[in-house]
Amino acid sequence: MIELNNIHKYYGDDSNRLHVLKGVNASVADGEMVSIMGSSGSGKSTLLNILGLLDQYDTGEYRLGDIAISAGLSEAKAAWLRNRFIGFVFQSFNLLPFKNATENVALPLYYQKVGRKERNYRAEELLDKVGLGDRKQHMPSEMSGGQKQRVAIARALITDPKVILADEPTGALDSQTTDEIMSLFKSVHATGKTIVIVTHEKEIADQTDRLIWLRDGKVSQPEEA
Amino acid sequence: MGLDTFQEIWFTLKQNRLRTFLTGFGVFWGIFMLVLLLGVGQGLKHGIEKSFSSDDRRSMWVSSRKTSVPYKGLAQGRNIQLTLADVRALRDRVPSIDILSAEQSLGSIWRGDIYVTYGQRSGNFGVFGVAGRYFEIKKFQDYHHGRRLNDFDESESRKVVVIGTRVAERLFNPGVNPVGKQIAVNGVSVKVIGVFYDSGWEGRMSERIYMPLAVYQKTFGRGEDVGVIAITPKPDVDNKTLSQQIMAVLQERHRVAPNDKTAIRLFDLAEQTKEVNATFTGINLFLWFVGLGTLMAGVVGISNIMIISVKERTREIGVRKALGAPPVIIMTAIVSESLLVTVTAGYIGLVASVGLLELYNLAAAKGGLSLPYFERPQVDIGIAFSALAILVGIGALAGLVPAWHAAAISPIEAMREE
Repeated sequence: MIELNNIHKYYGDDSNRLHVLKGVNASVADGEMVSIMGSSGSGKSTLLNILGLLDQYDTGEYRLGDIAISAGLSEAKAAWLRNRFIGFVFQSFNLLPFKNATENVALPLYYQKVGRKERNYRAEELLDKVGLGDRKQHMPSEMSGGQKQRVAIARALITDPKVILADEPTGALDSQTTDEIMSLFKSVHATGKTIVIVTHEKEIADQTDRLIWLRDGKVSQPEEA
Repeated sequence: MGLDTFQEIWFTLKQNRLRTFLTGFGVFWGIFMLVLLLGVGQGLKHGIEKSFSSDDRRSMWVSSRKTSVPYKGLAQGRNIQLTLADVRALRDRVPSIDILSAEQSLGSIWRGDIYVTYGQRSGNFGVFGVAGRYFEIKKFQDYHHGRRLNDFDESESRKVVVIGTRVAERLFNPGVNPVGKQIAVNGVSVKVIGVFYDSGWEGRMSERIYMPLAVYQKTFGRGEDVGVIAITPKPDVDNKTLSQQIMAVLQERHRVAPNDKTAIRLFDLAEQTKEVNATFTGINLFLWFVGLGTLMAGVVGISNIMIISVKERTREIGVRKALGAPPVIIMTAIVSESLLVTVTAGYIGLVASVGLLELYNLAAAKGGLSLPYFERPQVDIGIAFSALAILVGIGALAGLVPAWHAAAISPIEAMREE
């Protein structure tokens, strides 16, 4: 599903250049649930941004499914690919505060020009599946952190993407809610979705199929197995 | 723009009612003032034009008084009297004259009022004998009742008159149609066949009575004497050249010095109209300048507020982009927002200002509200639509800068902001 070949990423200009990713090689198989770990500054956020087409890499090769993602991908094309192939889940949920749960979930379909009625129907269906059947009309401010993250997961799923990218999805949640969210991820995984979770929590990483350990801009063996 | 997009934009605007209102108000005020100013400009112009009388705007009016310069052995202070012979001479010698007509009038020289009665009511009015195509020059006269004098009235020497509205008001009870009534002019009975309103001299030209020249000459016996000669140039003839030719002929015939400004006077309405028009072109330019300035201030306001709004919504825009909103959609949304606010507010401003002008007109028509040199303020539909077109243009323009800001937002940066 995901193939990364010798990915390099630099920040800053020539006089003050920061080499963040120093030749990352990694792959995620179709239907796999993997976690990316690494200390802060290891480049895991950068890697996630590149995987999510939110940022461009400088050299290397990136394949997402059958698509070769070029280094100089235009924003318009990237937006199109993100919309169709990638579902995002963020640590801080990033729900639009003035839209209710259904509308938030339905938003990605708006950019596929799906009609409002069908959008909302599909969103409500998904909200039922993530266990928020009774919160469809609630605003984000009326929901708990765990509920908001369920909405976010539903939103990530609505376009039926190839891969779900989750950036510290439980970072803002207490341990009980974390468990609930992780079991939701696992049940999504059970339906055959490819999931990549960036985390710094060992307990989260342990619940995934495989761990990609990032250290100083490169993939390395975990320090402790 | 689909209904869905519209709903999305509408929703965003509704989220920030106060901001939307304030932004819109700037544009509302701008277009309101622009249209109001232009309407008032038109009102002033109409007010001035009202004193232009109901005459053909290219007409010239020749009258005579006393000489002020000694010439060819003749002393100054000599009375000059225009005659029908002058009219014939002009017809023969100045081919570029189109309509040539003469007014004869009772009283000293050409003024002087005549005692007119109807039953127990009476008044003093100017009485004029006119012939030829006189009423083609007075073409903007407004006939409330009856008709104008025509060639048959002249050729058959009918004892008929047309009277001005002020004459009618004095002689007849309100609601009475004077047409068909016999009135006495200096003791001579004549039949009223028409009632007109002439806006000249602020309406005082409606204090006149006109009768066929043939009748006038027989009744009041002033022979060949003429008070005023009325002239219009043929199409494509320059008024200035024509007026010089006319003056040359008349000055020669009456032995008046070419530099004598008082003996024979020629009033050129075209010249007058041109001056007034030039003045109003200037006033209009100024009004556009002020109005557009106000409008621009409103638009800059919109642009600024929208830039702030984009800043405030950085995170939202970032999230939308992450979820797959392409830059063009983001830009379209911002520009549409700006357009929607500008056009709606501008349209309300347009309607409000036109409404206000119409309200004045209604009050003027029904309630007799009147201001000196101010009449029928209005904005013609072309100006209204160009104002609207300008509005759409600047609305889009106002949205472009913030839209560009929005399109440049990086989703990563936006979502990192807490």
